[in-house]
Amino acid sequence: MMDTEKISQHISQKFNDELENIRERVMAMGGLVESQVAQALDAFANHDESLASKVIENDKLVNSHEVDIDEECARILAKRQPAAGDLRLVVAIIKTITDLERVGDEAEKIARMGRDLAGRSGDAPTSRLQYGALMHLGQHVRKMLNGSLDAFARMDIEAALDVIHLETQADQEYEAISRQLITYMMEDPRSITSVLDFMWSARSLERIGDHANNICEYVIYLVQGKDVRHLSLDEMRRLAKEDR
Amino acid sequence: MMNEQSTESILAQSPRSQRINPLDHEKIAIEVRNLDLYYGAKQALFDINLNIADKKVTAFIGPSGCGKSTLLRCFNRMNDLVDIARIEGEMHIGGRNIYGPGVDVAELRRKVGMVFQKPNPFPKSIYENVAYGLRLQGINKRRLLDEVVEWALKGAALWDEVKDRLNDNALGLSGGQQQRLVIARSIAVQPEVLLLDEPASALDPISTLKIEELIHELKNDYTIVIVTHNMQQAARVSDYTAFMYMGDMVEFDATDKIFTNPSQKKTEDYITGRYG
Repeated sequence: MMDTEKISQHISQKFNDELENIRERVMAMGGLVESQVAQALDAFANHDESLASKVIENDKLVNSHEVDIDEECARILAKRQPAAGDLRLVVAIIKTITDLERVGDEAEKIARMGRDLAGRSGDAPTSRLQYGALMHLGQHVRKMLNGSLDAFARMDIEAALDVIHLETQADQEYEAISRQLITYMMEDPRSITSVLDFMWSARSLERIGDHANNICEYVIYLVQGKDVRHLSLDEMRRLAKEDR
Repeated sequence: MMNEQSTESILAQSPRSQRINPLDHEKIAIEVRNLDLYYGAKQALFDINLNIADKKVTAFIGPSGCGKSTLLRCFNRMNDLVDIARIEGEMHIGGRNIYGPGVDVAELRRKVGMVFQKPNPFPKSIYENVAYGLRLQGINKRRLLDEVVEWALKGAALWDEVKDRLNDNALGLSGGQQQRLVIARSIAVQPEVLLLDEPASALDPISTLKIEELIHELKNDYTIVIVTHNMQQAARVSDYTAFMYMGDMVEFDATDKIFTNPSQKKTEDYITGRYG
């Protein structure tokens, strides 16, 4: 089993440092992505165009984190030829940052749509839109994202499974929101442009939940060496806990 | 359309399904049962139980002094040459206990060839090195010898480099060529099993890769057991890996499993370079 303490027990101190360093960088990237999502939601809810622009600008930072960490992972693979838990750590990191970068992209999209919506905020149709439901979904996926990063940091299978458990609710909330929005569009075709922005934002939030879910699956792979993708939650739970 | 039953049968074949004996689908070439080995009063191998798959590469890894070379030497009774070595338990090769009564050790060593860390060609011509084992068996027909020498040198991926100078002294070859020559000498007598004791540790990286490539070729015809300190090498060349520690067989499994997700903490610590 892989745990956080193991990283620092190599005979090569330099290898310890490299692995520790790369893990810290993933956490830093995760923190940045979390704040991007939070700010995008703020900008969206409050029609704050300058905050939205800031989020859009900051996505470049997220991207450069991904490129740097990828490069470092390739370097470690080439020079250290890690095996077993170390190998799984590097592989899990490479995959995790891909998902984090996508989360960053979704945050950027939400910010863009928030900015567009703000530009049309005087239109009558937008006033009926249910910001409350969207923000609730937003809080929910933020909790998932936070939980997945926490599970990664602590290499905690239980925490990872808890987050995966939350995904069903995110899907249900997303479906409820889209059903509602379809009704609006049918009732008042003038609202379609704005409602679509709203719909895409909900879709982005739902995607963020999926990415958080993926990260948790990588955590289980990292810790237990089991690939639990594409399995039901029950199967996952059983596999994640059985002996290797 | 896929019915429910076929989905189930597909799932049953998936690597995620319950773990099975790693050698379940293999033909077994060598069986080791309850093997203990003592050097005088000191026990060096503790109750080793192991199956070696036929025409596959099995690697033994572990820190110095863990018993991996000692175990390798059991396969062709090289430990007989050590006065104080005493062996208990059984080892079956081709269905026969090689430590049972009435075993012809010379015949055993013909069937179980061995290559050592340092290439040890005889100070003779390249040709005579390869023909040596056959001459020992009383085969002296030139035409047959020519055929076997060419076949063995081709098998050891050395033919193209030496075909024009078969009568040159073997000691004039490079280290990597010498090692392949020794392998040619081993396979010339058509053994069933090849034991390789650190076969590439004295070679440069290119010669090492050639030996590894050769091992890959040879396993079509021979069962190969290799001892190596180079874990990446074990990962590259072997199908199965046994990790040994202080005379115990700690873990034995498919190489892919050992190097991505070993079951034992000791194995993980060793292959990832952590303190034991």
